[in-house]
Amino acid sequence: MSRRAVGAPLSRVDGRLKVTGRATYAAEHDVKGVVYAVIVDSGIGRGRITGIDARDALARSGVLKVISHLNAPKLAYRPNAGSNNPEGSERLHVFQDDRVRFFGQPVAVVVATTLEAAQHAARLVEVRYAAEKPTTGLAGDRTNKPVTYARGDAEQALGSAEVRMEMTYRTARNHHNAMEPHATIARWNGHRLTVWDKTQWVNGTQEELAAVFGIPKESVCVISPFVGGAFGSGLRAWPHVTIAALAARETGRPVKLVLARRQQYFGTGYRPAYVYKVRLGSARQGRLIAMTHDIRAETSSYEDFQEGVLPTGQMLYSMPNVAQTYERVPLDVNTPLYMRGPGHATTSYIVESAMDELAHELGLDPIELRRRNEPDDDPATRRPFSTRRLRECYTVGAREFGWDRRNPKPRSTRDGDWLIGMGMAAGVYDTNRGAAQARVRLDARGSAVVEAASSDMGPGTYTSMTQVAADALGLDMRAVTCRLGDSIMPPTPPHGGSMTMASVGSAVQDGCDKLRRQAVALAVGDERSPLHGVDAGDVVAGDGRLHVKGDPTRGETYQQLLARNNRTHLETLGSFTPGESRFSMYAYNATFAEVAVDHRLGLVRIRRMLGVYDAGRIISPKLADSQAIGGMVGGIGAALLEHTVTDPRDGRIVNANLADYLVPVNADVPSLRAIYLDGDDREADPIGVKGLGEVVFTGVAPAIANAVFHATGRRVRELPITAEALL
Amino acid sequence: MHPFSYTKASDLEGALAAGRRGGRYIAGGTTLVDLMRESVERPGALVDISALPLGEITATAGGGLRIGALVSMAEAAADPKVRATFPVVSQALELSASAQLRNMATIGGNIMQRTRCAYFRDVTAPCNKREPGSGCAALEGFNRAHAILGGSDQCVATHPSDVAVAFAALEASVHLRGPDGEPSVAFADFLLRPGGTPDREHGLRPGELITAVELPALPRPLRSGYLKVRDRQSYEFALTSAAVALHIKGGVIREAKVAAGGVGTVPWKLSAVERHLIGERPSEALWAEAAERAADGARPLEHNRFKAELLKRTVERQLRIVGGSE
Ligand SMILES: Cc1cc2nc3c(=O)[nH]c(=O)nc-3n(C[C@H](O)[C@H](O)[C@H](O)COP(=O)(O)OP(=O)(O)OC[C@H]3O[C@@H](n4cnc5c(N)ncnc54)[C@H](O)[C@@H]3O)c2cc1C
Repeated sequence: MSRRAVGAPLSRVDGRLKVTGRATYAAEHDVKGVVYAVIVDSGIGRGRITGIDARDALARSGVLKVISHLNAPKLAYRPNAGSNNPEGSERLHVFQDDRVRFFGQPVAVVVATTLEAAQHAARLVEVRYAAEKPTTGLAGDRTNKPVTYARGDAEQALGSAEVRMEMTYRTARNHHNAMEPHATIARWNGHRLTVWDKTQWVNGTQEELAAVFGIPKESVCVISPFVGGAFGSGLRAWPHVTIAALAARETGRPVKLVLARRQQYFGTGYRPAYVYKVRLGSARQGRLIAMTHDIRAETSSYEDFQEGVLPTGQMLYSMPNVAQTYERVPLDVNTPLYMRGPGHATTSYIVESAMDELAHELGLDPIELRRRNEPDDDPATRRPFSTRRLRECYTVGAREFGWDRRNPKPRSTRDGDWLIGMGMAAGVYDTNRGAAQARVRLDARGSAVVEAASSDMGPGTYTSMTQVAADALGLDMRAVTCRLGDSIMPPTPPHGGSMTMASVGSAVQDGCDKLRRQAVALAVGDERSPLHGVDAGDVVAGDGRLHVKGDPTRGETYQQLLARNNRTHLETLGSFTPGESRFSMYAYNATFAEVAVDHRLGLVRIRRMLGVYDAGRIISPKLADSQAIGGMVGGIGAALLEHTVTDPRDGRIVNANLADYLVPVNADVPSLRAIYLDGDDREADPIGVKGLGEVVFTGVAPAIANAVFHATGRRVRELPITAEALL
Repeated sequence: MHPFSYTKASDLEGALAAGRRGGRYIAGGTTLVDLMRESVERPGALVDISALPLGEITATAGGGLRIGALVSMAEAAADPKVRATFPVVSQALELSASAQLRNMATIGGNIMQRTRCAYFRDVTAPCNKREPGSGCAALEGFNRAHAILGGSDQCVATHPSDVAVAFAALEASVHLRGPDGEPSVAFADFLLRPGGTPDREHGLRPGELITAVELPALPRPLRSGYLKVRDRQSYEFALTSAAVALHIKGGVIREAKVAAGGVGTVPWKLSAVERHLIGERPSEALWAEAAERAADGARPLEHNRFKAELLKRTVERQLRIVGGSE
C-alpha cells in the first residue's frame, strides 16, 4: 500500500521556490520593455478637481505621459454584476470625471521609463481642488436601505424576559495589510490584454477588465501564479488594475504599477468599522429568549458593500425570537471589502462578548451557558446541520486548556503586576463552495499535471491540490505538478471565503478519478496488459501503478500502459458543482485565551491560546496549523492593535503605514495551539472539507476580550482594546 | 523622491567642507531615506559619513563614557562598558526599533531623528515643522502619539528617540565638530522645544557634525534602567517611557536622574521628580509621591489625555524597578 498524501503533515511543494526568491509575484514578472506608472492620489476627501498642471512632471526626462480625467479616453465600464462588485451600485470610474469621492482617490497617473522618474514626477503634478467637507463617521442619519431579518417577536419577548441586557459595541476599521503590495503589469497586444496581477481571482479580474474596456472576456488574460498574502484584498479588481491597463494602452508600452504601502489603505478595501447594538433577553437559568441586533457599518458613497454579518446572530444559538437590522452608512470613503472571516468575525465578537456578559450576569460558566443554548438544528432555517460539533470543541478545549483551573470570579488571579484572565468564545463560518473545474493530464513518463485558475494566496493550495491528486492517481507527490493562477486554465471560484479546498479540491479529485478510470479502462481492455479482463472496479492505483486490489504484483505502471498503447498522455477535465442541499453547513471553533493585563499600565499581553476546530476533513495538517496560527495572530491584531484611523476633517487616513498601523509582531505572539476534531463532512463536498481559512479567525478577538474582562473585571466594548481603555 | 547627489566623505575635513556647502549628512540612512522617499526631506546633496573614524566607545577619566557618533545602536547596546556602567542606555537601545535597524542605525543619527508625527510625515498635510507657517494638523487632529509636555500652539510633535531619554536623564553632552572647533553642548540644550519655530529642532549649525555623545561620570554604585510602555511588545515607539538612574548609599538616595519619553517635544527631564527623591529613603510611598510630579505642567490633547496618568504610573513603576521596594 502506498502512503497517503492526504492527511500527512507535508511541507509546501513551493516552499523552496519561495524561500529562494524564485516564486514570481505580480511585480516580479520579467516583461520586456516595461515602463513604470505611479498614481497621483487626491489630497482632499471630497470635492472637485479644478485643474491639473502636469507641465513640470512632463518636463522631466523619462516621463512619457500624465493621464487624468482631462485627457483620458472614455472607458466602456459595461455593467458587471460579477467580479465581487457590490450589487445595485456603480463602481468608481477612473479618470472619467472631476469628482473626488474619497481621500486618496486616484486623480492622475504618471508613466515614465524608470520608477524613480515616475515617482518624482508624480510629486510634481499639481492638482487644484474645490474641496468640500467629507463625511466619514458612522453617526449620520443617512443610511442605505437596511437589510432586516426577524423570527418570532423579539420586542415582546424582551419585554417579558427575566433577564434583559443592552450593550453597544464598536469595532475599528481594519486593513488587510498583506506583505506583498498590490501590483499590476499590463501589456496590450493589439486588442488583447495580458495582465500580471496580485489577485485572488484571475477570472474575476478578467471579467472586470473586459467590462471596463468593453472588450470580450476572451481578449483578456490574467496571470497570478503567486500571491504574497491578501486576506481578501485581492477579491476585486481595484482602480489601479484599470489604471495600469489604461496607461499601457495610452503609452503603447507594457506598464508596471505597484501601489505604495500608503496607497494600499485607500487603493484597496478594508473591513468596515461597525457600531453594533445588541439587546438580549434570557431566562434566569440561562436559556436565551430573544436577541436584537442593530448593526451599522461603513460603506462608500458610490457602492453599497454588504457582508455576512447576519447569519451568526441567527444560527449560533437556539432562541425563538431574533430581530436584525443591518444598515450601511454611505460615506466619503473608498469601498470596503471582505477581510478574513468577513461578517461572521464581526458578529462573533459581538455575540460572543454578549454571551460572556450574560454568563457573568447569571453567574454561569460561559461554556455551560453556551451548552444550554446549543441548537439541535439550524434555528434560522430548521434544516439539519451537516455536521456541528461545537459541544466537542468545548469539551476538548476546556480539557486541553485547563479551563477548570479558572476561578470564575473576575480580577481574582494575580501574578505580580499582572492580572491574569482566561476567556473563551465560539466562532463560526459558512461552508462555502463554488463551481470549479480542473484539468488533469498524465504523460507517458507517468507524471501528472493538475491545472486550475485558482490563486494560492498563501494557504498552500499548490500543496493541498498535489496531495489530493497524488492519492487519487496513486502517484508519489513528486510525480504531480500543480499549476495555478492563470485565466486560461479551467475556471474556479474566488480564492476566498474558505472555499478553495472544498471546490477546487473536489474538481481535482473528480478529474483525477476520471483519469484513473480512463487508465483502468484502457488497461482492462488491453490484451497485453496484466490487468486484462479484470473488473474495472477491482483495479486500484498506488505507487505509480495500476494493480488488482489486494494484489500489488498483478498490474503495471502508467508508463507501461501508455507506451504500449502509443498514447502520449491521458487528459480529463474534472468539475465540481455544488448542488442544492437540505443541510445547514458551517465550520465551527472554540477558541481559548489566557491574557495578562498590567493593572497599572493598561497593557494586555497574550499568554497562550488554543483553537479547537470542527472544520471537516483536514487535507494537510501542517498547512492547517499555518492557517490556525495565522488566524489567531490576526485575531490578536483585531483585538488589541489594529485600527485604521481616519481624520474626520478631510478624510485622510492618518496611519497609512506599517509603523503606525499596528499588527502583532512575534513578541506579541505566545504559544498557540490548534486541535482539529477528527472527521469529515460528506454533505459539503466529495472530499469532506468545510473550509478553514476564515473560521480560524472568527471567535479569536472575543476570546481575548472575554479574557481581558476576566482578568480585570472591566468590560471594554470596543476593539481594539487599548491602554487608555484599561487605565 | 527628489533627485540628489551622493558623495562619501573619506575624512572629517572633507565631510565638514561638504556640509558647509549645504550637504546633508547620512549615517545609517534608516530614517533619512524613509523621509526622502516620502518627499518630507528633499536634500540636494547627501554626504555619507559612515566611513569617518567616529565608531569608538571610550572610557573617560573618572568613569564616564564617550560614544562615537557612528557607533551603531546594536554595538552600543552590546558594549560591555555601556552595559556595566549605564544599563539604562543599553536597555533604551534594545527596546528601540528592530534588530535590523539597530544594526544600521547610529547614535548620532538616533538623536537627530525627526518626529514620527503622522502629519509631519505626510506631505499633503499642513505642518509647521515641515513647512513653517502652514499650520499644525495634529493640534486638532489625531494626536494620541503627541506630546503633552513642551508643546506650543505651533507644534506638539514628540521627539521619538528612546536612547535620547536616557541621555537626557544622565545629563549627557554632545560633542560637535565644526567651523568653531570642537564645542560640546549639554544634551538638555541640544534639542530644542518647538516654540514659534518648530522647524528648528537642534542647535547644530550648517556644516557642524556630531562626533560623540559623552555620558558623565556619576557616583557609584549607580543603578539604572529604562521602561518603555507601548501597545505592542516590540517595534513600536513609546507611548510613555522612563529612564531612571539612582545612586543610593547608606539607604538614602543621594543622586536621582530621571527623564521621560513619548510625552515631550524633547526628551523630558523630570527635575521635580528628582528633587523629591534626593535625600529620601526608597519606599513604595516615595516612588508614588515622586511620580505624582512627573506630569507637572502637562497640557493633554484630545486623544492623549490618558498619557498624563500613564506617565506618572510609568515613572512610579520604573522608580520601583530600579530603586527596589523595601
Ligand atoms: C520602523 C522604525 C522604527 C523605529 N523605532 C525606534 C524606536 O523605537 N526608538 C528609537 O529610538 N528609534 C527608533 N527608530 C529610529 C531609529 O533609531 C533611527 O532611524 C536611527 O537611529 C537613525 O540613525 P541613522 O544612522 O540611520 O540616521 P540617518 O538616517 O543616517 O540620519 C538621520 C538624521 O541624522 C543626521 N545625522 C546622522 N548622523 C549625524 C551626525 N554624526 N552629525 C550630524 N547629523 C547627523 C542626518 O543628517 C539625518 O538628518 C525607528 C526607525 C524606524 C525606521
